[in-house]
Amino acid sequence: AGTKCVTSVLVLLLFCNPGNCEIQESKPAASTVVPGVKPYHNEANEPQAFPDPEQGSLPVFTMDYPRIQVPFEFTLWVLLASFAKIGFHIYHKITIWIPESCLLIAIGLIVGAIMHSVKEEPPAVLSSNVFFLYMLPPIVLDNGYFMPTRPFFENIGTVLWYAVVGTLWNSIGIGISLFTICQFEVFGLQDINLQENLMFASIISAVDPVAALNVFEDIGVNEQMYIVIFGEGLFNDAVTVVLYSMFTFMADMPTVESSDVFLGVARFFVVGVGGVLFGLLFGFVAAFTTRFTHNVRQIEPLFVFMYSYLAYLVAELFAISSILIIVCAITMKYYVEENVSQRSCTTIRHVVKVLATISETLIFFFLGVITITTEHEWNWAYILFTLLFAFIWRGLGILVLTQIINPFRTIHFNFKDQFGLAYGGLRGAICFALAFTLPDNINRKNLFVTASIAIIIFTVFIQGISIRPIVEYINIRRTNKDMNTINVEIHTRVMEHLICGVEDLCGQWSHYYWKDKFKKFNDRVLRRILLRDNRAQSSIVSLYKKLELQNAIDLLDTPMGDLSAAPSIISLHDEKKEASRPKKKFLAKDVRKMHDILSKNMYKIRQKTLAYTNKYNLPDESQNREILIRRHASIRRSLRPGSCRELPSQNIPRSQKYFSLQPGGDLESAFVLRRRSHGGSSDVDRLSARLQMSGVSPRSSSRSLIPLKRLNTIEETRSTQNQPATSPSPVVDVVDEMDLGAFGGSSLRGRKGPVPAPRRHSSNRVKDDEEEDGRVPPRGWTPEEDDNRGNPLLRFPSQRSGGPGGS
Amino acid sequence: MGSRASTLLREEEIEEIKKETGFSHSQITRLYSRFTSLDKGENGTLSREDFQRIPELAINPLGDRIINAFFPEGEDQVNFRGFMRTLAHFRPIEDNEKNKNSSASEPLNSRTNKLLFAFRLYDLDRDDKISRDELLQVLEKVDVEQKMSIRFLH
Repeated sequence: AGTKCVTSVLVLLLFCNPGNCEIQESKPAASTVVPGVKPYHNEANEPQAFPDPEQGSLPVFTMDYPRIQVPFEFTLWVLLASFAKIGFHIYHKITIWIPESCLLIAIGLIVGAIMHSVKEEPPAVLSSNVFFLYMLPPIVLDNGYFMPTRPFFENIGTVLWYAVVGTLWNSIGIGISLFTICQFEVFGLQDINLQENLMFASIISAVDPVAALNVFEDIGVNEQMYIVIFGEGLFNDAVTVVLYSMFTFMADMPTVESSDVFLGVARFFVVGVGGVLFGLLFGFVAAFTTRFTHNVRQIEPLFVFMYSYLAYLVAELFAISSILIIVCAITMKYYVEENVSQRSCTTIRHVVKVLATISETLIFFFLGVITITTEHEWNWAYILFTLLFAFIWRGLGILVLTQIINPFRTIHFNFKDQFGLAYGGLRGAICFALAFTLPDNINRKNLFVTASIAIIIFTVFIQGISIRPIVEYINIRRTNKDMNTINVEIHTRVMEHLICGVEDLCGQWSHYYWKDKFKKFNDRVLRRILLRDNRAQSSIVSLYKKLELQNAIDLLDTPMGDLSAAPSIISLHDEKKEASRPKKKFLAKDVRKMHDILSKNMYKIRQKTLAYTNKYNLPDESQNREILIRRHASIRRSLRPGSCRELPSQNIPRSQKYFSLQPGGDLESAFVLRRRSHGGSSDVDRLSARLQMSGVSPRSSSRSLIPLKRLNTIEETRSTQNQPATSPSPVVDVVDEMDLGAFGGSSLRGRKGPVPAPRRHSSNRVKDDEEEDGRVPPRGWTPEEDDNRGNPLLRFPSQRSGGPGGS
Repeated sequence: MGSRASTLLREEEIEEIKKETGFSHSQITRLYSRFTSLDKGENGTLSREDFQRIPELAINPLGDRIINAFFPEGEDQVNFRGFMRTLAHFRPIEDNEKNKNSSASEPLNSRTNKLLFAFRLYDLDRDDKISRDELLQVLEKVDVEQKMSIRFLH
């Protein structure tokens, strides 16, 4: 079916293109045929004239192709490329062995051959403007947006080292070697001088490892390699741009002076620093804008795209490497994702992916097409030597650079890694586009174009296809994503918790010094400005809510995919069926069951997706937050085995809410809230209602009440009460129960406020000191904090016994 | 706070700790300032409550065990030396094969000592054995899916 579609679209395309010429010729004729139609749509102010009598009958069927030509053809090309992609994935085995870029180029070659035989010109897609202004930005945005920031920043030294120094090494090495080759008269290349060689070399040393990354990801090589290749591919464009502009400039000049080299270095810094600054600037502006968009949720994704595109264009304006706009994407992502709604978040991600895929597909496709249709100059010697030198210099470069930088790394690259890095240096479309945009005054431009095409096709096809079996054969270190023994998983988790705990105990010094500093700056300055509702970093609720929503959405997207616990699949499937039935009222116990299943699986799933960060790094804080939730759950379960599950949620977490406070900090705000809640049992309702309000969100997709109740008590300390109040009836019942229960009753009677835990505590100490209640709040609370901080499992029973005794 | 900390810790103490644990000078001073910031009672020792006041440690499923690891048998206070001694287990392993035979006792961060530390995490009653119940407790604490863990153990 795929091939049928492809051929039909192909035919359509061919029909349109020759048809285009006809239409253009016949346009004057057409205009005489339909003069009467003109007044209708050309001049509106002219009085409507009836068709001239000598003209003939009104044409029933008109075709105005030139009007729609450009968008029509563009759409057809995109469709064709996408059909090709569908076609590839029909046979799954094809994409395993042959990377997609190869297949796209191959299809492009075929189409190009067809077009060439029909003597048609392909659309000028790979012209400089179209490529750099329209096709490249989505790819850059995609790379930046989905960059794994944590491993990236931890390896940033290595990445920059390889990108900058590696590209320089490659360019200069290849350039000089090619120049020496050109000196030999036998090859007929004497007219290419050093500058031109260097320029060409700078073009082809731009590594674009898309195919390599796909393979690495599939196989699951260790994340160090992955991030180095990824980062290198991104950042060496900055160097390439500088070198390219420098050498094209110098190619015109007869002699090269040392001052020019110096200027080149200066220009590199301008490019680098300027790009980063622009990226940061636009990122912050975008984040700041999204702070105010909570009333216009529909256009939130627009800001992300417009700002990043604007940043890109401004960078192009100043001829700064626009690749550094990935900095913009990284900055933007962090703050924007906290400000926008969940739906906008998903939309942004999806659209970025779609745009990037389209761009990539089109680029490779047109690479194939234009290969056939451009003028080539083939010089065996030059091309073969180019290939040879590219290979050699890359290998040498990686070797030397790794030797130098290995001592600075905690995880060394062994020789297999280095081979993988060297072999994964595929060239891609940027190389080609740069070659295409060479100024025409270079007399051997066609040779350069041919050579760059040759090298691209060679690396993509040969290296791209062979990298997979080679990587598997030499057995490069893999990530440990596939540890599927439970024993290993348990103990790994234990060790992670241990390390995490000790690091927290030490206050996370040494390694994370800069990260800590940045974090402090972030909290104090940036988050205040850029985020709409800046809850403190330890606001567990919003993060947990977001994670839970996201995971729930992911889970529903892949019904049978990721679930590993067999019984859960079945029940989840049932739940799904239930969920699909509209407008059904959920029983409380069903909701609870749903939530249990979701949360159990979610914890596991997130463990898997943290593969890149777990092995050598700490689990990041999101896991801590989830641990907090779970600990509360388990404590709740262990303390109240018999009674209703919702009951302790009001009591226990309240006493443990200090866990969410930084030591010694913000007790006042917590106390203020509690103070407000004093005064009568009606306040209990108000308090719990407020708790529900702050937790319930209109976009909670799981519609489960339980988790929100659990979390509310933690959020109580710093909730922004801006969400609509929906106090569902089960909650109020619980509250009433709490009033009547042994807990609530004793502590409520004769006390100033309904809050059980602190009251109970003061009841403990009331025997000693009655005025404790009226004392200065922070000092009164601190010993309480200590008691609360003590093993909560032990504290509670003693409090409970103290409660009735104290009243 | 930093300046006050460094004056309370004498140079020879730093040297001793350095020799015993292998931390560097700056690391020791940093950890000392952390120690004093945790020490609310300002009596030069930490009690369990001081540890439990760290919020992240409190939410850690193994928080209690980690805290217990700092306090040797029967004691309730830990001074700075003890603090550093426990923390020394977490230094990276150094491949000092050359002086392996020369030193009398293995350094605190050797692989064996690390394993011993981890073993003691599991072994709550300190009888040098990990019983089935102790292992079960660990599993529950780290929240592996209940069904799987039970299936694994039976």
